[in-house]
Amino acid sequence: MMSYTLYALTGIGLFILGLYSLIVQAHLLRKVIALNIMGSGVFLVLVGLGGRASNAVPDPVPQAMVLTGIVVAIAATALALTLILRVQAETGRTELAEQPSKH
Amino acid sequence: MNAADHRALPKHFQPFLQVFLSALAGGLGYAVLSLPDQAIALKGMVEANLEASGVRNPITAVLLNFRAYDTLLEMAVLLLALIGVWSLGATPMRRGAAPGPVLSALVQGLVPLMILVAGYLLWAGAHAPGGAFQAGAVLAASGVLLLLTGKRLTIRLMGRPLRIVLLAGLGVFITVGIAVIPVGGMFLQYPPSLAGGLILFIEAAATLSIGAILTALFLGGRALSGGDR
Repeated sequence: MMSYTLYALTGIGLFILGLYSLIVQAHLLRKVIALNIMGSGVFLVLVGLGGRASNAVPDPVPQAMVLTGIVVAIAATALALTLILRVQAETGRTELAEQPSKH
Repeated sequence: MNAADHRALPKHFQPFLQVFLSALAGGLGYAVLSLPDQAIALKGMVEANLEASGVRNPITAVLLNFRAYDTLLEMAVLLLALIGVWSLGATPMRRGAAPGPVLSALVQGLVPLMILVAGYLLWAGAHAPGGAFQAGAVLAASGVLLLLTGKRLTIRLMGRPLRIVLLAGLGVFITVGIAVIPVGGMFLQYPPSLAGGLILFIEAAATLSIGAILTALFLGGRALSGGDR
């Protein structure tokens, strides 16, 4: 039982690391990777908490939610990567433009 | 290009961000550690109703029967992502090198095997780990392998037949959901005697759809077909 709590805490660590990278990194591809790491952290938390049960069989509901989440994360990543390709084709850069300080 | 050269945040904000994120991590860790052991009785409810669901695998029962609406919406999300990718333009032109002999030989042997594995995973989802999404992912992997070796669908198949396959999963799901309303009383309320067969039917269409959608997502744009304008 303690190992599953360890998985959940590791998932939280992954989520925080991904969130830090998402905010700090400027390159768009790194942001997408950071989002994926955040997603993996959330999945790990869900599955870790689902395995905490006292008897041997783990909880199937969080695992089904994680399956759905993985598929949605794949779809979102594909869309994000295509958007990055488009941004690069249009502007030639892989970072978002700086906002002007005045309108 | 050093990662430290390109930061989206001014340098003096970073310590505040690190402190804030550490506090957030501490709060989340405390929340996880203080969870009661068995707060919600969903697992017991799943076990109690497993025979009535039509399958023996509890995860497939949750995905395709108890929470079937979530899975339906998930297929809609996949389609939406594909529509988004397709609306961004045509497939980017790539100057790919010709596939080497190893890749060509591997693809010839692997792709039929992967299609077989996908079929097995689809069937095994009823009683073992497996199901529509796993089988669809393996199908998509075989599709990606084919794309990597430069094979594309013939122009004839890329217009309406491709779109029919892409829509088949969601379409069959919604059709079955509506068709059981006179029998079960609610949307997606399968009658228990037919539940196993209906789930397999939905999963088969979903497998083809998911494989096609994920492979089309890999292309990164709308592959121009004959009827495109």
